[in-house]
Amino acid sequence: MTTYGRGLRGLSLAAAATMTVALVLTFFYAPLDANQGFIQKIFYIHVPLAITALCGFVFGGVLGAVYLRTGDRKWDIRSYVAIHMALIFGIGTLLTGTIWAKASWGHWWVWSDPTLTSFLIVMLLFATYQPLRFSIEDPERQSRYASVFAVVAGAFVPLNFIAVRAAQAYVHPRVLTLTGGNLPGSMRLTFLVALAGVALLYVTLWKYEMAAKSTRMQVRALRRALLGEDSVVPLKRSAAPS
Amino acid sequence: MKTVLTVLRKDLLLELRGLETLPAMILFAIVTFVIFHFGLNRDTIDGQLAAGVLTVTLLFAAMLGINRLFVAEREQGGFDAFLLAPVDRSALLVAKATALFLFLVVLEVIAVPAFGLLLLGPSLGPALAGLIAVLALGDVALAVIGTLVSAIAVQTRARDLIGPIIGLPLLLPALIGMARGAGPLLVAHGSSGPPGKWVAILALYDVVFALLSYAVFDFLLED
Amino acid sequence: MLRDVSLDVPAGSTLAVLGRNGAGKSTLLRILATLLRPHAGEVRVFGEALPRRGFAVRGRLGLLAHDPLLYRDLSGRENLGYHARLHGVAFERVEEVLEAVGMGGRADEPVRTLSRGLVQRLAVCRAVLHGPALLLLDEPLANLDPAATELVSPLIGRGCGATRVLTSHDPQAALAEADLVLGLEDGRAAFVTSPDKVDAAAVKRLYA
Repeated sequence: MTTYGRGLRGLSLAAAATMTVALVLTFFYAPLDANQGFIQKIFYIHVPLAITALCGFVFGGVLGAVYLRTGDRKWDIRSYVAIHMALIFGIGTLLTGTIWAKASWGHWWVWSDPTLTSFLIVMLLFATYQPLRFSIEDPERQSRYASVFAVVAGAFVPLNFIAVRAAQAYVHPRVLTLTGGNLPGSMRLTFLVALAGVALLYVTLWKYEMAAKSTRMQVRALRRALLGEDSVVPLKRSAAPS
Repeated sequence: MKTVLTVLRKDLLLELRGLETLPAMILFAIVTFVIFHFGLNRDTIDGQLAAGVLTVTLLFAAMLGINRLFVAEREQGGFDAFLLAPVDRSALLVAKATALFLFLVVLEVIAVPAFGLLLLGPSLGPALAGLIAVLALGDVALAVIGTLVSAIAVQTRARDLIGPIIGLPLLLPALIGMARGAGPLLVAHGSSGPPGKWVAILALYDVVFALLSYAVFDFLLED
Repeated sequence: MLRDVSLDVPAGSTLAVLGRNGAGKSTLLRILATLLRPHAGEVRVFGEALPRRGFAVRGRLGLLAHDPLLYRDLSGRENLGYHARLHGVAFERVEEVLEAVGMGGRADEPVRTLSRGLVQRLAVCRAVLHGPALLLLDEPLANLDPAATELVSPLIGRGCGATRVLTSHDPQAALAEADLVLGLEDGRAAFVTSPDKVDAAAVKRLYA
């Protein structure tokens, strides 16, 4: 059994430290945007959340593929946690995105930003992951089907962005292009630190949840071995039933 | 290949016998056109609006077919019968996707002229070749994703619901491609060929998801 | 759920599996048929390990279970034709088995119009169509009248030449046909013996 707890303290401290530095930089170092004013600073949390969430989804797809290849349940659980975490970060992205949109452009939702639209579509897709998982009772089949979904949905992410970007003539200047953008130096530094912070946060939370699940499974296995099948209460909704 | 033809033949025979799914899809599409007429309060539509209406209608009619795709297998032991045979299991995917594609083609042969008659302002003639190309590529996407999603859904408890909620977001790039590809065609004196950008996106989508579905389908059938 | 079932069945012999509903008989048959994956332990059919080598054994076994595995809107002949093509079997064989079970006349009617006895006969045809060396029979004689039972015997009965694993609600009838007997109780093997050594009391307990 992999020990997920190893290095967790160091990781948590690193994540906390980086996030703190990012916040400090955001409020005191990064320049005030001429057009949008203070609210523009939400960019420093919004975009890292978005990038991390999308990477999380693709990561979940890769883990799902490994499960399909090896048949080892732990990969499926890793995939589940990755997607589950990415969903949470994704909701954060959508929330910060709408706040930013309202503050900058006066509307809660704007179709003119292709990234926000693509993101919404990806979230709509991944929102079906948990209903799908929990509507399959057989645990082995649940893992298999969830992994198939993760793989297909993970492949969907880049394709979706291509299609939506092609479809939408954007009105507002793009702040972040694929090449890392036309950000002045101080903004870029703040952004990179924020990105590192959010990414570390994601990995830390992923490890925490894996540690919790893994521990629970081990405890249940021990109880089952020592006290018999009946001492273990079946879990209701769980992606890692055991 | 032989397996694909065997299963396809069986499915077409079953549909011919029962004749439930295809008439329902066609009827649904035509009724939807009528609803759009009233909902939009327009006698004719053209351009991007027309393309959007057509795409949405075909999509929802396709959903009817998708929901029914594996029902006979599930209820009459067809999965077991197939799984017991010494054949390549991905052949089931190819056969079902082909069957769905054929259903969509038949649907469109009736629904598109109906659309031209009931709702479309400009004449359908000049746009037809380009439209066929766009619809064909879109149908491949619908067939592949529809089959994949239907195979997933048939094994879950919430069968009829899971299919559409997974399928619709997944299909969005293809639907965008269909609608945007058809838009410029459905305009009076519009272009005769669909915009290359959208054809390319549709083709890319089709290739990626066809290959991906073929690769993962086996995992859905094991027990 | 099956646990701790362990035995060897020699080729050409018949294994009778006894037990109540829910004891695990159908599960065992489905695992042998490569339709269910065993979670632990070793299953070998024709020497091939399942589930990894499932594709190597599929063409050589025939399953007859509760579900006849026939499409209700197609006729018997069409259904068998479908299975024949899937298994790479010539059409003549379809006619052969239809005649053998006396279904020649009614083979063109949709399966949903046939009585359960006739459907069962068609299911027998489907199971033996490809000449399997291993027959997995889950209550094969259900719904069959004595005349039909006589017709299907050469195909799935003791003299058919295949190795057979059969379950039955009637322990006496199963014992009469068996070379080896497995008693299942709540998913566990209660006993594995030859028919003459079967303890009548143990059998009674199984069905109690």
